[in-house]
Amino acid sequence: MSYRRPIASNWWMAKPNYLLFMFRELTAVFVWLYLIFYLCQLSQLGKDAGTYTTFLAGRSSLLWMLFHLMALVAAIYHSVTWFNLTPKVIVVRRGEEKIPDGLIVGPHYAGWLGLSLAIIFIALWS
Amino acid sequence: MTKSYKEAFWWYLFSAGGMIAAMLVPVQIFLTGIAEPMGWVSSDHMRALVANPLTKLYLLALLSLPFFHCAHRIRHVLYDVGFRGMQTPVAVVCYGAALLCTLYAVVTLASL
Amino acid sequence: MAERTITLEVFRYQPEKEKEPTFQSFTVPFREDWVVLDALNYLKDQIDGSISFRWSCRMGVCGSCGMMVNGTPRLSCAAFLKEYYPGPVRIEPLANFPVERDLIVSLDDFMKKLKAVKPWIIRKEEKPVSEGEYRQSPAELANFKQYSMCINCLLCYAACPVYGIQPDFVGPAALALAHRYNLDTRDEGQELRKEVVFSHEAIWECTFVGECSVVCPKDVDPAGAIQQEKAAGALDLVKSVLMPWGSR
Repeated sequence: MSYRRPIASNWWMAKPNYLLFMFRELTAVFVWLYLIFYLCQLSQLGKDAGTYTTFLAGRSSLLWMLFHLMALVAAIYHSVTWFNLTPKVIVVRRGEEKIPDGLIVGPHYAGWLGLSLAIIFIALWS
Repeated sequence: MTKSYKEAFWWYLFSAGGMIAAMLVPVQIFLTGIAEPMGWVSSDHMRALVANPLTKLYLLALLSLPFFHCAHRIRHVLYDVGFRGMQTPVAVVCYGAALLCTLYAVVTLASL
Repeated sequence: MAERTITLEVFRYQPEKEKEPTFQSFTVPFREDWVVLDALNYLKDQIDGSISFRWSCRMGVCGSCGMMVNGTPRLSCAAFLKEYYPGPVRIEPLANFPVERDLIVSLDDFMKKLKAVKPWIIRKEEKPVSEGEYRQSPAELANFKQYSMCINCLLCYAACPVYGIQPDFVGPAALALAHRYNLDTRDEGQELRKEVVFSHEAIWECTFVGECSVVCPKDVDPAGAIQQEKAAGALDLVKSVLMPWGSR
Protein backbone atom coordinates (compact mmCIF):
# COMPACT_ATOMS: atom_id res chain seq x y z
CA MET A 1 0.00 0.00 0.00
CA SER A 2 2.15 2.91 -1.18
CA TYR A 3 1.94 6.31 0.45
CA ARG A 4 1.71 9.51 -1.58
CA ARG A 5 3.13 12.56 0.12
CA PRO A 6 1.10 15.70 -0.66
CA ILE A 7 2.77 18.67 -2.38
CA ALA A 8 2.45 21.94 -0.47
CA SER A 9 0.85 24.70 -2.55
CA ASN A 10 3.67 26.98 -1.40
CA TRP A 11 6.32 24.56 -2.68
CA TRP A 12 8.08 27.46 -4.39
CA MET A 13 8.94 29.04 -1.04
CA ALA A 14 10.76 25.92 0.19
CA LYS A 15 14.07 26.52 -1.60
CA PRO A 16 15.95 29.65 -2.70
CA ASN A 17 16.22 28.36 -6.27
CA TYR A 18 12.47 27.80 -6.46
CA LEU A 19 11.85 31.34 -5.14
CA LEU A 20 14.20 32.81 -7.75
CA PHE A 21 12.38 30.80 -10.40
CA MET A 22 9.04 32.30 -9.27
CA PHE A 23 10.52 35.84 -9.37
CA ARG A 24 11.79 35.18 -12.87
CA GLU A 25 8.37 34.03 -14.02
CA LEU A 26 6.55 36.87 -12.27
CA THR A 27 8.63 39.45 -14.15
CA ALA A 28 6.12 38.65 -16.90
CA VAL A 29 3.39 40.36 -14.88
CA PHE A 30 5.41 43.56 -14.61
CA VAL A 31 6.34 43.50 -18.29
CA TRP A 32 2.72 42.97 -19.29
CA LEU A 33 1.50 45.78 -17.02
CA TYR A 34 4.14 48.16 -18.36
CA LEU A 35 3.26 47.37 -21.97
CA ILE A 36 -0.44 47.95 -21.34
CA PHE A 37 0.23 51.22 -19.52
CA TYR A 38 2.52 52.30 -22.33
CA LEU A 39 -0.17 51.46 -24.87
CA CYS A 40 -2.54 53.78 -22.99
CA GLN A 41 0.17 56.44 -23.01
CA LEU A 42 0.56 56.00 -26.76
CA SER A 43 -3.15 56.35 -27.39
CA GLN A 44 -3.09 59.60 -25.40
CA LEU A 45 -0.19 60.81 -27.55
CA GLY A 46 -2.60 60.97 -30.46
CA LYS A 47 -4.80 63.48 -28.62
CA ASP A 48 -4.14 67.25 -28.53
CA ALA A 49 -1.06 68.57 -26.73
CA GLY A 50 -2.99 69.97 -23.75
CA THR A 51 -4.71 66.66 -22.98
CA TYR A 52 -1.42 64.80 -23.29
CA THR A 53 0.43 67.22 -20.99
CA THR A 54 -2.21 66.68 -18.30
CA PHE A 55 -1.98 62.93 -18.79
CA LEU A 56 1.81 62.97 -18.57
CA ALA A 57 1.69 65.04 -15.39
CA GLY A 58 -0.33 62.23 -13.84
CA ARG A 59 2.33 59.73 -14.96
CA SER A 60 5.02 61.69 -13.11
CA SER A 61 3.44 61.01 -9.70
CA LEU A 62 5.37 59.10 -7.04
CA LEU A 63 3.21 56.01 -7.42
CA TRP A 64 3.79 55.81 -11.17
CA MET A 65 7.54 56.38 -10.75
CA LEU A 66 7.63 53.60 -8.17
CA PHE A 67 5.79 51.24 -10.51
CA HIS A 68 8.13 52.02 -13.40
CA LEU A 69 11.19 51.56 -11.21
CA MET A 70 9.92 48.18 -10.04
CA ALA A 71 9.05 47.28 -13.62
CA LEU A 72 12.54 48.30 -14.71
CA VAL A 73 14.14 46.05 -12.09
CA ALA A 74 11.83 43.20 -13.14
CA ALA A 75 12.56 43.75 -16.84
CA ILE A 76 16.32 43.76 -16.22
CA TYR A 77 16.01 40.55 -14.19
CA HIS A 78 14.12 39.01 -17.10
CA SER A 79 16.81 40.12 -19.57
CA VAL A 80 19.71 38.88 -17.47
CA THR A 81 18.16 35.48 -16.73
CA TRP A 82 17.09 35.17 -20.37
CA PHE A 83 20.51 35.91 -21.87
CA ASN A 84 22.30 33.74 -19.29
CA LEU A 85 20.21 30.73 -20.32
CA THR A 86 20.85 31.03 -24.08
CA PRO A 87 23.86 28.63 -24.04
CA LYS A 88 21.53 25.90 -22.82
CA VAL A 89 19.44 26.15 -25.96
CA ILE A 90 22.06 27.19 -28.51
CA VAL A 91 24.81 24.58 -28.65
CA VAL A 92 27.69 25.12 -31.09
CA ARG A 93 30.40 22.53 -31.38
CA ARG A 94 33.90 22.96 -32.75
CA GLY A 95 35.12 19.39 -33.26
CA GLU A 96 34.81 17.62 -29.93
CA GLU A 97 34.48 20.75 -27.84
CA LYS A 98 31.49 22.96 -27.16
CA ILE A 99 32.32 26.64 -27.68
CA PRO A 100 32.54 28.51 -24.36
CA ASP A 101 29.23 29.77 -22.94
CA GLY A 102 30.60 33.31 -22.98
CA LEU A 103 30.69 33.29 -26.78
CA ILE A 104 26.93 32.76 -26.83
CA VAL A 105 26.00 35.02 -23.93
CA GLY A 106 28.43 37.84 -24.82
CA PRO A 107 26.89 38.79 -28.18
CA HIS A 108 23.45 38.87 -26.57
CA TYR A 109 24.57 41.34 -23.93
CA ALA A 110 26.43 43.34 -26.58
CA GLY A 111 23.29 43.48 -28.69
CA TRP A 112 21.27 44.54 -25.66
CA LEU A 113 23.66 47.36 -24.87
CA GLY A 114 23.95 48.46 -28.49
CA LEU A 115 20.21 48.51 -29.10
CA SER A 116 19.51 50.32 -25.84
CA LEU A 117 22.08 53.02 -26.60
CA ALA A 118 20.79 53.40 -30.15
CA ILE A 119 17.20 53.78 -28.94
CA ILE A 120 18.16 56.34 -26.30
CA PHE A 121 20.10 58.26 -28.93
CA ILE A 122 17.12 58.26 -31.28
CA ALA A 123 14.74 59.34 -28.52
CA LEU A 124 16.92 62.12 -27.21
CA TRP A 125 18.86 63.50 -30.10
CA SER A 126 17.63 62.39 -33.51
CA MET B 1 0.83 10.83 -26.16
CA THR B 2 0.91 12.56 -29.50
CA LYS B 3 3.03 15.34 -30.96
CA SER B 4 1.59 18.74 -30.16
CA TYR B 5 2.06 21.41 -32.81
CA LYS B 6 -0.04 23.79 -30.73
CA GLU B 7 2.45 23.77 -27.87
CA ALA B 8 5.37 24.22 -30.29
CA PHE B 9 3.58 27.26 -31.71
CA TRP B 10 3.02 28.88 -28.31
CA TRP B 11 6.62 28.17 -27.35
CA TYR B 12 7.78 29.87 -30.57
CA LEU B 13 5.80 33.00 -29.69
CA PHE B 14 7.09 32.79 -26.11
CA SER B 15 10.66 32.57 -27.40
CA ALA B 16 10.41 35.42 -29.88
CA GLY B 17 8.50 37.61 -27.43
CA GLY B 18 11.02 36.84 -24.72
CA MET B 19 13.95 37.92 -26.86
CA ILE B 20 12.20 41.15 -27.89
CA ALA B 21 11.21 41.87 -24.30
CA ALA B 22 14.72 41.14 -23.04
CA MET B 23 16.31 43.44 -25.62
CA LEU B 24 13.86 46.33 -25.71
CA VAL B 25 11.65 46.55 -22.63
CA PRO B 26 14.22 47.86 -20.12
CA VAL B 27 15.21 50.85 -22.26
CA GLN B 28 11.55 51.48 -23.14
CA ILE B 29 10.56 51.56 -19.47
CA PHE B 30 13.33 54.03 -18.83
CA LEU B 31 12.36 56.28 -21.75
CA THR B 32 8.58 56.30 -21.58
CA GLY B 33 8.01 55.55 -17.91
CA ILE B 34 10.69 57.66 -16.31
CA ALA B 35 12.44 59.99 -18.80
CA GLU B 36 9.35 61.31 -20.56
CA PRO B 37 7.24 62.08 -17.46
CA MET B 38 10.30 63.71 -15.88
CA GLY B 39 10.68 65.89 -18.96
CA TRP B 40 14.10 64.55 -19.99
CA VAL B 41 12.57 63.65 -23.35
CA SER B 42 10.25 66.01 -25.17
CA SER B 43 6.75 64.76 -25.92
CA ASP B 44 6.70 66.63 -29.23
CA HIS B 45 9.77 64.63 -30.22
CA MET B 46 7.99 61.42 -29.22
CA ARG B 47 4.97 62.44 -31.29
CA ALA B 48 7.21 63.09 -34.30
CA LEU B 49 9.02 59.76 -33.83
CA VAL B 50 5.79 57.78 -33.60
CA ALA B 51 4.48 59.36 -36.78
CA ASN B 52 7.32 57.62 -38.65
CA PRO B 53 6.16 54.26 -40.10
CA LEU B 54 9.46 52.63 -39.12
CA THR B 55 8.83 53.53 -35.49
CA LYS B 56 5.32 52.10 -35.82
CA LEU B 57 6.80 48.84 -37.06
CA TYR B 58 9.23 48.76 -34.13
CA LEU B 59 6.39 49.49 -31.71
CA LEU B 60 4.28 46.79 -33.30
CA ALA B 61 7.01 44.23 -32.60
CA LEU B 62 7.32 45.52 -29.04
CA LEU B 63 3.56 45.50 -28.42
CA SER B 64 2.64 42.09 -29.81
CA LEU B 65 5.04 39.21 -29.28
CA PRO B 66 5.99 40.17 -25.70
CA PHE B 67 2.30 39.92 -24.76
CA PHE B 68 2.37 36.29 -25.87
CA HIS B 69 5.63 35.73 -24.01
CA CYS B 70 4.04 37.04 -20.81
CA ALA B 71 0.83 35.09 -21.42
CA HIS B 72 2.80 31.83 -21.79
CA ARG B 73 4.73 32.43 -18.59
CA ILE B 74 1.65 33.46 -16.61
CA ARG B 75 -0.25 30.45 -17.94
CA HIS B 76 2.43 28.11 -16.60
CA VAL B 77 2.75 29.96 -13.29
CA LEU B 78 -0.98 29.51 -12.80
CA TYR B 79 -0.55 25.79 -13.41
CA ASP B 80 2.34 25.70 -10.93
CA VAL B 81 0.35 27.37 -8.15
CA GLY B 82 -2.64 25.09 -8.39
CA PHE B 83 -4.77 25.75 -11.46
CA ARG B 84 -3.74 22.43 -13.00
CA GLY B 85 -7.29 21.20 -13.19
CA MET B 86 -8.31 23.98 -15.57
CA GLN B 87 -5.71 23.56 -18.30
CA THR B 88 -7.80 24.75 -21.24
CA PRO B 89 -9.66 27.68 -19.64
CA VAL B 90 -6.40 29.09 -18.23
CA ALA B 91 -4.72 28.84 -21.63
CA VAL B 92 -7.67 30.46 -23.39
CA VAL B 93 -7.77 33.35 -20.90
CA CYS B 94 -4.00 33.97 -21.11
CA TYR B 95 -3.54 33.77 -24.87
CA GLY B 96 -6.90 35.45 -25.43
CA ALA B 97 -5.82 38.39 -23.32
CA ALA B 98 -2.54 38.60 -25.25
CA LEU B 99 -4.47 38.64 -28.51
CA LEU B 100 -6.77 41.42 -27.29
CA CYS B 101 -3.79 43.50 -26.17
CA THR B 102 -2.12 42.99 -29.56
CA LEU B 103 -5.30 44.08 -31.35
CA TYR B 104 -5.48 47.15 -29.12
CA ALA B 105 -1.88 47.90 -30.09
CA VAL B 106 -2.62 47.56 -33.81
CA VAL B 107 -5.65 49.86 -33.55
CA THR B 108 -3.75 52.44 -31.48
CA LEU B 109 -0.73 52.49 -33.77
CA ALA B 110 -2.96 52.76 -36.83
CA SER B 111 -4.64 55.82 -35.36
CA LEU B 112 -1.42 57.71 -34.61
CA MET C 1 37.39 10.97 24.98
CA ALA C 2 33.83 10.49 23.86
CA GLU C 3 33.30 9.53 20.24
CA ARG C 4 31.43 12.19 18.29
CA THR C 5 27.90 11.30 17.30
CA ILE C 6 25.27 12.65 14.96
CA THR C 7 21.49 12.32 15.02
CA LEU C 8 19.55 10.99 12.04
CA GLU C 9 15.85 11.82 11.71
CA VAL C 10 14.62 9.03 9.50
CA PHE C 11 11.28 8.79 7.67
CA ARG C 12 9.62 5.51 8.61
CA TYR C 13 6.72 3.98 6.76
CA GLN C 14 5.84 0.42 7.65
CA PRO C 15 2.40 -0.16 6.15
CA GLU C 16 1.83 -3.40 8.08
CA LYS C 17 2.22 -1.46 11.35
CA GLU C 18 0.82 2.05 10.70
CA LYS C 19 -1.22 3.75 8.02
CA GLU C 20 0.69 7.04 8.34
CA PRO C 21 4.43 7.62 8.15
CA THR C 22 6.44 8.82 11.18
CA PHE C 23 9.92 10.13 11.87
CA GLN C 24 12.31 8.28 14.13
CA SER C 25 15.49 9.71 15.62
CA PHE C 26 18.64 7.63 15.90
CA THR C 27 22.08 8.59 17.19
CA VAL C 28 24.96 7.07 15.23
CA PRO C 29 28.73 7.57 15.43
CA PHE C 30 30.12 10.47 13.43
CA ARG C 31 33.17 9.58 11.34
CA GLU C 32 34.95 12.05 9.06
CA ASP C 33 34.95 9.67 6.13
CA TRP C 34 31.38 8.39 6.48
CA VAL C 35 28.62 9.14 4.04
CA VAL C 36 24.91 9.02 4.85
CA LEU C 37 24.82 5.47 3.45
CA ASP C 38 27.43 4.38 6.00
CA ALA C 39 25.31 5.88 8.78
CA LEU C 40 22.21 4.06 7.48
CA ASN C 41 24.07 0.75 7.27
CA TYR C 42 25.36 1.24 10.83
CA LEU C 43 21.78 1.97 11.86
CA LYS C 44 20.55 -1.20 10.19
CA ASP C 45 23.36 -3.39 11.52
CA GLN C 46 23.55 -2.13 15.11
CA ILE C 47 20.35 -0.33 16.06
CA ASP C 48 17.25 -1.14 14.03
CA GLY C 49 17.39 -3.96 11.51
CA SER C 50 13.92 -3.12 10.18
CA ILE C 51 15.01 0.06 8.39
CA SER C 52 14.70 -0.44 4.61
CA PHE C 53 16.61 1.42 1.92
CA ARG C 54 18.14 0.79 -1.50
CA TRP C 55 21.86 0.86 -2.26
CA SER C 56 24.38 -1.06 -4.31
CA CYS C 57 27.68 0.21 -5.66
CA ARG C 58 28.25 2.80 -2.88
CA MET C 59 30.32 4.83 -5.31
CA GLY C 60 27.88 6.93 -7.31
CA VAL C 61 27.48 4.89 -10.50
CA CYS C 62 24.49 2.61 -9.96
CA GLY C 63 21.82 5.19 -9.15
CA SER C 64 20.15 3.05 -6.45
CA CYS C 65 20.60 5.13 -3.29
CA GLY C 66 18.79 8.36 -4.10
CA MET C 67 16.99 9.95 -1.14
CA MET C 68 16.20 13.36 0.37
CA VAL C 69 18.91 14.53 2.79
CA ASN C 70 17.86 17.70 4.62
CA GLY C 71 15.34 18.38 1.88
CA THR C 72 17.73 18.03 -1.07
CA PRO C 73 17.81 14.99 -3.37
CA ARG C 74 21.21 13.32 -2.91
CA LEU C 75 22.86 9.98 -3.51
CA SER C 76 23.31 8.72 0.04
CA CYS C 77 26.67 7.26 -0.97
CA ALA C 78 27.87 10.70 -2.05
CA ALA C 79 26.52 12.81 0.84
CA PHE C 80 29.21 13.09 3.49
CA LEU C 81 28.08 13.27 7.11
CA LYS C 82 30.59 16.05 7.73
CA GLU C 83 28.58 18.30 5.37
CA TYR C 84 25.74 18.08 7.90
CA TYR C 85 27.64 17.99 11.20
CA PRO C 86 26.53 18.62 13.94
CA GLY C 87 23.17 17.68 12.41
CA PRO C 88 20.51 16.47 12.84
CA VAL C 89 20.30 14.93 9.40
CA ARG C 90 16.79 14.53 8.04
CA ILE C 91 16.54 11.52 5.75
CA GLU C 92 13.42 11.00 3.65
CA PRO C 93 12.51 8.98 0.58
CA LEU C 94 12.96 10.63 -2.82
CA ALA C 95 10.32 13.36 -3.23
CA ASN C 96 7.49 13.16 -5.78
CA PHE C 97 7.39 9.35 -5.76
CA PRO C 98 4.98 7.09 -3.85
CA VAL C 99 6.63 5.49 -0.81
CA GLU C 100 6.60 1.70 -0.63
CA ARG C 101 8.32 1.34 2.71
CA ASP C 102 10.67 3.52 4.79
CA LEU C 103 13.10 5.07 2.29
CA ILE C 104 12.04 2.95 -0.68
CA VAL C 105 9.96 4.56 -3.45
CA SER C 106 8.08 3.05 -6.34
CA LEU C 107 9.85 3.61 -9.64
CA ASP C 108 7.13 2.15 -11.86
CA ASP C 109 6.09 5.52 -13.28
CA PHE C 110 9.61 6.36 -14.40
CA MET C 111 10.13 2.92 -15.91
CA LYS C 112 7.00 3.37 -17.98
CA LYS C 113 8.13 6.77 -19.22
CA LEU C 114 11.67 5.62 -19.94
CA LYS C 115 10.36 2.83 -22.13
CA ALA C 116 8.03 5.26 -23.90
CA VAL C 117 10.91 7.38 -25.24
CA LYS C 118 12.54 4.29 -26.77
CA PRO C 119 16.03 4.75 -25.32
CA TRP C 120 17.86 2.49 -27.78
CA ILE C 121 19.36 2.79 -31.26
CA ILE C 122 16.53 2.59 -33.78
CA ARG C 123 17.45 1.76 -37.36
CA LYS C 124 15.14 1.86 -40.35
CA GLU C 125 17.01 -1.23 -41.47
CA GLU C 126 19.42 -3.12 -39.27
CA LYS C 127 22.92 -3.37 -40.71
CA PRO C 128 23.94 -7.04 -40.98
CA VAL C 129 27.00 -8.00 -38.94
CA SER C 130 28.85 -8.89 -42.13
CA GLU C 131 28.78 -5.22 -43.16
CA GLY C 132 30.87 -4.31 -40.14
CA GLU C 133 30.47 -1.93 -37.24
CA TYR C 134 28.84 1.51 -37.07
CA ARG C 135 31.67 4.02 -37.17
CA GLN C 136 31.58 7.22 -35.21
CA SER C 137 34.12 10.01 -34.93
CA PRO C 138 35.14 11.44 -31.54
CA ALA C 139 33.21 14.59 -32.44
CA GLU C 140 30.05 12.58 -33.16
CA LEU C 141 30.46 10.84 -29.80
CA ALA C 142 31.01 14.16 -28.04
CA ASN C 143 27.65 15.35 -29.36
CA PHE C 144 25.69 13.02 -27.12
CA LYS C 145 28.16 11.72 -24.54
CA GLN C 146 27.08 14.06 -21.74
CA TYR C 147 23.47 12.85 -21.98
CA SER C 148 24.56 9.21 -21.92
CA MET C 149 26.01 9.60 -18.41
CA CYS C 150 22.59 9.28 -16.77
CA ILE C 151 22.46 6.61 -14.06
CA ASN C 152 18.67 6.77 -13.65
CA CYS C 153 19.03 7.84 -10.02
CA LEU C 154 15.92 10.03 -10.34
CA LEU C 155 17.26 12.88 -8.20
CA CYS C 156 16.10 15.11 -11.06
CA TYR C 157 12.50 13.94 -10.71
CA ALA C 158 12.66 14.64 -6.99
CA ALA C 159 13.92 18.15 -7.69
CA CYS C 160 11.40 18.95 -10.42
CA PRO C 161 8.37 20.88 -9.13
CA VAL C 162 6.49 20.26 -12.37
CA TYR C 163 6.76 16.49 -11.87
CA GLY C 164 5.63 16.97 -8.29
CA ILE C 165 2.54 18.90 -9.29
CA GLN C 166 1.73 17.07 -12.52
CA PRO C 167 2.70 13.38 -12.32
CA ASP C 168 2.04 12.75 -16.01
CA PHE C 169 5.09 14.88 -16.93
CA VAL C 170 7.52 12.60 -18.74
CA GLY C 171 10.34 14.17 -16.76
CA PRO C 172 14.00 15.19 -17.00
CA ALA C 173 15.87 11.88 -17.16
CA ALA C 174 13.59 10.25 -19.73
CA LEU C 175 13.75 13.33 -21.97
CA ALA C 176 17.52 13.68 -21.56
CA LEU C 177 17.87 10.07 -22.65
CA ALA C 178 15.57 10.63 -25.63
CA HIS C 179 17.82 13.57 -26.55
CA ARG C 180 20.90 11.32 -26.17
CA TYR C 181 19.55 8.95 -28.77
CA ASN C 182 18.26 11.70 -31.04
CA LEU C 183 21.79 13.12 -31.15
CA ASP C 184 23.45 9.76 -31.82
CA THR C 185 24.48 9.50 -35.48
CA ARG C 186 23.80 5.76 -35.43
CA ASP C 187 20.16 6.38 -34.57
CA GLU C 188 17.36 6.84 -37.12
CA GLY C 189 14.47 6.98 -34.68
CA GLN C 190 13.95 10.73 -34.21
CA GLU C 191 10.58 10.73 -36.03
CA LEU C 192 9.31 7.83 -33.91
CA ARG C 193 10.36 9.51 -30.67
CA LYS C 194 8.70 12.79 -31.66
CA GLU C 195 5.25 11.44 -30.85
CA VAL C 196 6.31 11.15 -27.22
CA VAL C 197 9.01 13.81 -26.89
CA PHE C 198 6.97 16.54 -28.62
CA SER C 199 3.77 15.64 -26.78
CA HIS C 200 1.94 17.86 -24.35
CA GLU C 201 3.10 15.76 -21.38
CA ALA C 202 6.75 15.86 -22.40
CA ILE C 203 8.99 18.81 -23.29
CA TRP C 204 6.17 21.36 -23.36
CA GLU C 205 5.32 20.78 -19.67
CA CYS C 206 8.81 21.86 -18.67
CA THR C 207 9.05 25.45 -17.46
CA PHE C 208 12.86 25.43 -17.20
CA VAL C 209 13.10 25.69 -13.44
CA GLY C 210 16.51 24.10 -13.93
CA GLU C 211 16.73 22.39 -10.54
CA CYS C 212 17.06 18.99 -12.21
CA SER C 213 20.45 19.96 -13.64
CA VAL C 214 21.54 21.44 -10.31
CA VAL C 215 21.00 18.14 -8.42
CA CYS C 216 22.22 15.76 -11.13
CA PRO C 217 25.27 13.89 -9.74
CA LYS C 218 26.59 13.08 -13.22
CA ASP C 219 26.30 16.55 -14.86
CA VAL C 220 23.88 15.28 -17.49
CA ASP C 221 22.12 18.67 -17.65
CA PRO C 222 18.61 17.37 -18.44
CA ALA C 223 17.29 20.95 -18.42
CA GLY C 224 19.58 21.83 -21.32
CA ALA C 225 18.57 18.66 -23.15
CA ILE C 226 14.89 19.56 -22.84
CA GLN C 227 15.41 23.14 -24.06
CA GLN C 228 17.31 21.83 -27.09
CA GLU C 229 14.42 19.48 -27.80
CA LYS C 230 12.03 22.43 -27.56
CA ALA C 231 14.06 24.22 -30.20
CA ALA C 232 13.93 21.06 -32.32
CA GLY C 233 10.18 20.92 -31.77
CA ALA C 234 9.77 24.50 -32.92
CA LEU C 235 11.86 23.73 -36.00
CA ASP C 236 9.71 20.67 -36.62
CA LEU C 237 6.64 22.92 -36.63
CA VAL C 238 8.22 25.28 -39.17
CA LYS C 239 9.20 22.34 -41.39
CA SER C 240 5.72 20.91 -41.25
CA VAL C 241 4.25 24.24 -42.33
CA LEU C 242 6.77 25.00 -45.07
CA MET C 243 7.26 21.44 -46.30
CA PRO C 244 4.11 19.52 -45.44
CA TRP C 245 4.80 16.80 -47.95
CA GLY C 246 8.09 15.65 -46.55
CA SER C 247 8.74 13.25 -43.69
CA ARG C 248 12.35 12.54 -42.98
